Amino acid sequence: MDKVKVVVGLGSCGIAAGAGKVYQRLLEINEAEGGLFELGKTSCIGMCYKEPLVEVTDSTGTYLYGEIDDKSAEEIIEKHVKNNQVVTELVEYSDKIGGKEQGFVDNQVKIVLRNCGMMDPESIDEYEKRDGYKSIKKILENNIPEDDVIKTVLDSGIRGRGGGGFPTGMKWKFARGYKSNEKYVICNADEGDPGAFMDRSVLEGDPHSVIEGMIIAAYAINATGGVIYCRAEYPLAVKRLNLALEQARKKNYLGKNILGKEGFNFDLYVKEGAGAFVCGEETALIASVEGKRGMPNKRPPFPAEAGLWGKPTNINNVETYANIPWIILHGAADYAKYGTEKSKGTKVFALAGKIRNSGLVEVPMGITISDVIFKLGGGIKEGKKFKAVQMGGPSGGCIPAELGDTIVDYDSVNATGAIMGSGGMVVMDETTCMVDVAKFFLNFTQKESCGKCTFCRIGTKRMLEILERITEGKGEEGDIEKLQELAAQIKDSSLCGLGQTAPNPVLTTIKYFRHEYEAHIKDKKCPAKSCKQLITYMINEKCIGCTACARVCPTKAISGERKQPHLIDQDKCIKCGACYDACKFSSIDKL
Amino acid sequence: MRIIRKNPERKSFLPEEEADLTRIESLIRKYASKKGSMIPILQGVQDVFGYIPKSAMNLISEETGMSVSDIFGVITFYSQFRLYPVGKHIIKVCHGTACHVQNADGITTALMNELGVEDGKTTDDRLFTLESVACLGCCSLAPVMMIDGETYGKLSGEKAVKIVRDIKKNDNV
Repeated sequence: MDKVKVVVGLGSCGIAAGAGKVYQRLLEINEAEGGLFELGKTSCIGMCYKEPLVEVTDSTGTYLYGEIDDKSAEEIIEKHVKNNQVVTELVEYSDKIGGKEQGFVDNQVKIVLRNCGMMDPESIDEYEKRDGYKSIKKILENNIPEDDVIKTVLDSGIRGRGGGGFPTGMKWKFARGYKSNEKYVICNADEGDPGAFMDRSVLEGDPHSVIEGMIIAAYAINATGGVIYCRAEYPLAVKRLNLALEQARKKNYLGKNILGKEGFNFDLYVKEGAGAFVCGEETALIASVEGKRGMPNKRPPFPAEAGLWGKPTNINNVETYANIPWIILHGAADYAKYGTEKSKGTKVFALAGKIRNSGLVEVPMGITISDVIFKLGGGIKEGKKFKAVQMGGPSGGCIPAELGDTIVDYDSVNATGAIMGSGGMVVMDETTCMVDVAKFFLNFTQKESCGKCTFCRIGTKRMLEILERITEGKGEEGDIEKLQELAAQIKDSSLCGLGQTAPNPVLTTIKYFRHEYEAHIKDKKCPAKSCKQLITYMINEKCIGCTACARVCPTKAISGERKQPHLIDQDKCIKCGACYDACKFSSIDKL
Repeated sequence: MRIIRKNPERKSFLPEEEADLTRIESLIRKYASKKGSMIPILQGVQDVFGYIPKSAMNLISEETGMSVSDIFGVITFYSQFRLYPVGKHIIKVCHGTACHVQNADGITTALMNELGVEDGKTTDDRLFTLESVACLGCCSLAPVMMIDGETYGKLSGEKAVKIVRDIKKNDNV
């Protein structure tokens, strides 16, 4: 009989949740037991909210256990591995018995994430076993002409997953059209949107699929070299990419005369970014790869004509490349089966914020936002009310709960004023102040503005100052109109996407939550009770004098005798909220 | 229009620290002839010293032919590069969207109080540097921070302070 397989999810978030220690413990147990089971590693399966995850595969099926620590790991080995007793109360998902999180898995369609969490990302053999590198072999063995490859990509209808939504096949066609002895393929892995982590998961969990996608692109446009531009904040992704590249070179998927195809020479290297959000913009990214300040340049010429070192260059995002091998292998029609008329295929979303199941999901385009949040995301944490979802990061906007029926495709999301973006979905509940959210994003874009265009550099600063005033209770009549005017000018006079979209979070929150702005400006109140300067903490008559609040107060603003009602000195109070969290008798009011 | 810049003492604002440049010679030589390698060089230098000393900029300029002012321009453009020495442990508190809506500010404030430094600064004993970063990509565990490459999730101000104290304790053993 085959040994039972025990696999631990070792992606960044798994490791942060303690998966490394669980793996270590299982390793010890296995050694002590003389190799009782086969211990393996994989990456993120998307169920980040249940990390650390351990998957046990025996002769009956697969069982995914969640929230595992040393103790429960021991229990699983003892009961399940040794005695064939499934520890049902810890099973999140199983192909045999229903787990607690069956809905999270069953409502997804996995194309991009087909291998994430299903195999050891550090093993090229496992990737090959799961149809890996079959697409490039199919192309080379059957001598499929470059134009046919591009036609397949065009017919599949896939659009750029980085956020812009430009048809990928068109990009390739343009790059192919320019003749040059040197051409480049670049993968944009500079995932800078705060709140988005899809690309990190793909790079950590399935680096070979991205590399294979790039090899296919290189073949189609006759590229000679390639770069993966990855954020330095993703050390594990960089490590696994470099390992994967080495393995691919050994098997001649990269290098000279690839797989025996005379004259097909292509190699890749990883370039670590140095922390600049604007480098997600393609011309800025190219400047950064060239070792310069990452400032955008005027287009045209587009990179397809004159990109890296002035040569024709094709840039796509991680998720786009990861789709390509699947499309080549299964055909354009199979891919176009999913999605809506103008947005084909699937999209990966990173669910985060005030949502119960935060993690990664891949869904067909055309699903409604509410379905993503409630069917997959499990609804809002702590039973609070769903208020809005932020899509598209700093370039996107907030979609209010009333528009939950909006379907997920490029055009429908754009119509709300937000953008699809790279796929971050940050969910907000009634305690999130929308003016504060707008301020947060503007603060981000203002810091990240490269300074080339005056309106982006100075205009965002002026907008931020107005928002700061409003959240401090110093807002004036006419501030909203001033914000709108500045926003229009910044959009009109910025060179790149960063400036053109920077005002979106402000504009969408004004559009859907104008009353919150007005409450801040006219009544000097924050309806979500989140803006520090506009709230007061008061102790009510329920206080029994337990002193818990006085003990946690960092400024000693709370006084009172034991067993007597306490009092907050408003002059000393810094409104940190520590007392509010510490009180067990709801005797502190936030007004 | 003539711009008069007030700088009577003409003293550099950069720290005048001795740095052992022999430690980066081979690194610079490895990259010097490759085009577009300024960022990897600077990343390598920072790996060695924890920041980019002024003397290293001069050396890089000599070896690569890029002017010091251009090098300085690249350094100040990217948030990764530092011009000042850092502490032994670097605390990166995540201020991404998910962390922000779950009170990342509270984590930074608690650590500022504990360490007695402003955000972005280093403690006097050169043990800790406190920084804010845009997003660590561990949004499901928000709020998070990273110390020396290890990520800590689901924090509260109290928890963050405890982690820092534990590191301090382990250092003294």
